[in-house]
Amino acid sequence: MGEAVKGEADMGAEGAGRPVVSAVCAEGIVKRYGATVALDGAHLTVRPGEAHALVGRNGAGKSTLVSVLTGMTRPDAGTVTFGGEPAPGRGDTAAWQRKAACVHQKSMTVPELTVAENLYLNRFQGGRAIRWRALRERARELLAEYGVEADPAARIKDLGVEQRQFVEIARALSFGARLIILDEPTARLDAAGIDRLFGKLRGLRAQGVAFLFISHHLQEVYELCNTVTVFRDARHVLTAPVSGLAEDDLVAAMTGEEAGAARRARTASDTAAGRAGEPVLRTEGLTLAGEFAPLDLTVRAGEVVGLAGATGSGNAAIGEALVGLRTPDGGRIAVRGRPVRTGSVPHAIDAGIGCVPEDRHREGLILGRSVAENATLTVTDQLGPLGTVLPSRTREFAARMIASLDIKTTGPGQPVSGLSGGNQQKVVIARALAREPSVLVAIRPTNGVDVKSKDALLGVVREVADRGSGALIISDELDDLRVCDRVLAVFHGRVTAEFGSGWGDHELVAAMEGVASGGGGGDGSAGGDEGGAGGAGQPEGAADDGDAGQPKGSGHAGHAGDAGDAGASRRLTDGTEGTAP
Amino acid sequence: MTETASPPVTDTVAKPPAPTSRPRIDLARWRDFSLVPVIFVLGVIGFIVSPAFLTQDNLIGVIQQSTELGLLVLGEALILISGRMDLSLESTIGLAPVLALWLVMPAHGARFAGLELLPAWTAVPLCLAVGAAVGAANGFLILKLRVNGFIATLGMLTMLRGLQVGISEGQSIGNVPESFAYLGKADWLGVPAAVWICLALFALGGSALGYLRHGRALYAIGGNPEAAKAAGIRVDRLTWIVLAVGGVLAAFAGILYTGHYGAVSASQGNGWIFQVFAAAVIGGISLKGGRGTLFGALTGVLTLQLVINVMTLGGVPPLWTQFLNGMIIIIALVISRFTSGETQD
Repeated sequence: MGEAVKGEADMGAEGAGRPVVSAVCAEGIVKRYGATVALDGAHLTVRPGEAHALVGRNGAGKSTLVSVLTGMTRPDAGTVTFGGEPAPGRGDTAAWQRKAACVHQKSMTVPELTVAENLYLNRFQGGRAIRWRALRERARELLAEYGVEADPAARIKDLGVEQRQFVEIARALSFGARLIILDEPTARLDAAGIDRLFGKLRGLRAQGVAFLFISHHLQEVYELCNTVTVFRDARHVLTAPVSGLAEDDLVAAMTGEEAGAARRARTASDTAAGRAGEPVLRTEGLTLAGEFAPLDLTVRAGEVVGLAGATGSGNAAIGEALVGLRTPDGGRIAVRGRPVRTGSVPHAIDAGIGCVPEDRHREGLILGRSVAENATLTVTDQLGPLGTVLPSRTREFAARMIASLDIKTTGPGQPVSGLSGGNQQKVVIARALAREPSVLVAIRPTNGVDVKSKDALLGVVREVADRGSGALIISDELDDLRVCDRVLAVFHGRVTAEFGSGWGDHELVAAMEGVASGGGGGDGSAGGDEGGAGGAGQPEGAADDGDAGQPKGSGHAGHAGDAGDAGASRRLTDGTEGTAP
Repeated sequence: MTETASPPVTDTVAKPPAPTSRPRIDLARWRDFSLVPVIFVLGVIGFIVSPAFLTQDNLIGVIQQSTELGLLVLGEALILISGRMDLSLESTIGLAPVLALWLVMPAHGARFAGLELLPAWTAVPLCLAVGAAVGAANGFLILKLRVNGFIATLGMLTMLRGLQVGISEGQSIGNVPESFAYLGKADWLGVPAAVWICLALFALGGSALGYLRHGRALYAIGGNPEAAKAAGIRVDRLTWIVLAVGGVLAAFAGILYTGHYGAVSASQGNGWIFQVFAAAVIGGISLKGGRGTLFGALTGVLTLQLVINVMTLGGVPPLWTQFLNGMIIIIALVISRFTSGETQD
């Protein structure tokens, strides 16, 4: 639905024939950290009202440029101008705040304080005492001015991710900043939230606010932005209008490789559906109240199964229940026919379930420790006799993992905090594969990873299946699901549809959003209302009723009363997603 | 204006100097030794200040005095590496001996009336069991009830100290059984047994952390408990065990202390916990968990004790020792911050 709007917005910004004044113009920026060149003569110009995408693989220099543009880092060489005026001096935080602001992936708000306080943090007006009523009133006006629906008296931690981002944007704008940098703003939003965010951004652009949009999702770049700049290896590679730039060429510019080589869409021919062997993972009636309804799932040897679902749909909870991170209320899990004790990670691992958790920083890695230590965390019992862990064997094991997964590191002893996102994720996968699991459960395995690493990671998952194990990919990203032989769409905690390998983007997205592809006009509104402030059980109920009419119904009987539960859980999980760092 | 080039763009700009794989000095490897030069310098200062410093008696004395503090630091270091903290160790060092002696001492005849419930030889195992029980109780509060570990163990600190005072009626307990006093006062090969034991325990703990899977797991737990859990490590169980081990070590320190001085004083260990934390942090143990080694912790203990010894030999007036003590902790902290090159959190 964003496509149509995008065209108009582009036209508006391009066609207006703007003066040559730029929102920001950076020229010849050089920044070195010791021997590492983070930026090498980089340049970037963003015009007022423009949505400018900045893309590049991890380590391309995007973050460094952002900190230069927001005054956090002083470049070794080069100039930055805002609207033709030179950038404020170093350390003049207030002046920088009036020029540019960055909404980071990690929220820069104080979760325990109210929205109003966060908006006016350290600039409460009038006298020594804070006049709360006036403060809230001003906050309300500010939020209304930018069309943000948030209660000024609510605490930030009670807001969803998306509202919190809006609050941050509003705060930046209230300083007078006319350049907003969005660092992976959609990483923790579901599709409906992304749509609302994009809608709001378009509105703000009409007011002359320029956006620098950093994302790993090229689809979003095409949807929202009119110009794209590609950085690679600390240098500017390309700036081009988005329209007229083929996605393959964009990827090629990012990776420096021939177009098409980096991405390989999986077609029906190489899946060989008949190849799938005996079941390696089977669940019977697995259920967790408030998260997902009883689930019967079978993953066969040699098969990659996808569990597609938006944030809060319950698919991640299913994954966490499978690997023992959450204790299901009922049901059984069996690996290669042997029952597994539920709710216990050690038992799941022993049974042969490998786990790639959702958030590598939170539950995947021990950032301060070495690659070797992280990669061997699940196999410490195999690295020496009598419960000992021999450093030599650890290094050897890790070296094997590093070679087989092509992890870019200076050696097994390097702390994982020094690796790029994609390589960190490979370490997580290495850890999961270390025990040669019968089935690999990967929850959002390519979260926050650049395009090329994405393909490598998915290739690894595919390979696991090709070698006779099963794999389950739990994700909301179509690219992740493309390697799957079979995709189950999860909506509100229940499997609503199943697709073979030849699915189309549209039908899968529709199923993930709970929209019956053949359904009537009411479905669209259901998708839009979800997660909205009020939204009682009504839209969910409507969507659930639609289940029966799904093209490839899952065969799960609709449980009476579950609709309301699922709706509540959706908001509940949205909330917890939001508070996670 | 932006230049609008069409892809694919050729790299016309000169290649940057390839990120040379600079042979970086592996600082991390030497981090544990960052206090060794400090200890050396202290030795030189001590030698200058007083000729008595470099005598065998003095040095052995310093090390002997380090043993009790050292065992507490050993326990605390294990707990800190697992990402927890236990303030009550300083009370355990006093309470455990008192409780054990209370159960075994004769009911009549001595100044301190015990219960005489158990034979005298059980005093040592009883004392260690009390330490384990205190650690387990801390574990129950922190891991089962999920209360704040800092305040919970602070409460335990006060409560256990009170229990000790109540049982001992605020008096020192002398005439402890021979078995109980032996380890603290015996000499093996001309060196106090306590020193051998302490070194052995540090070596044991160090190799457990370095070479045992459950030892390695402590770093994982302290570094990121969620990740440790997802990797199949039984986080709560191991943490609980570590807390109990910490209590046992504190109780053992109490045995050595009691043997060394021949009596349990009412204020045994009072105020030590600050020295314990200081030694651990100076020695490179992170208060946030997941980082540090026992060797570092040991050098931290030795540094602190050497400073005190040098001050004593230098004739610092006793009324000023407290001031200097605090100042030296801060100076040592700053020095270790910069010799290790890492921020301490």
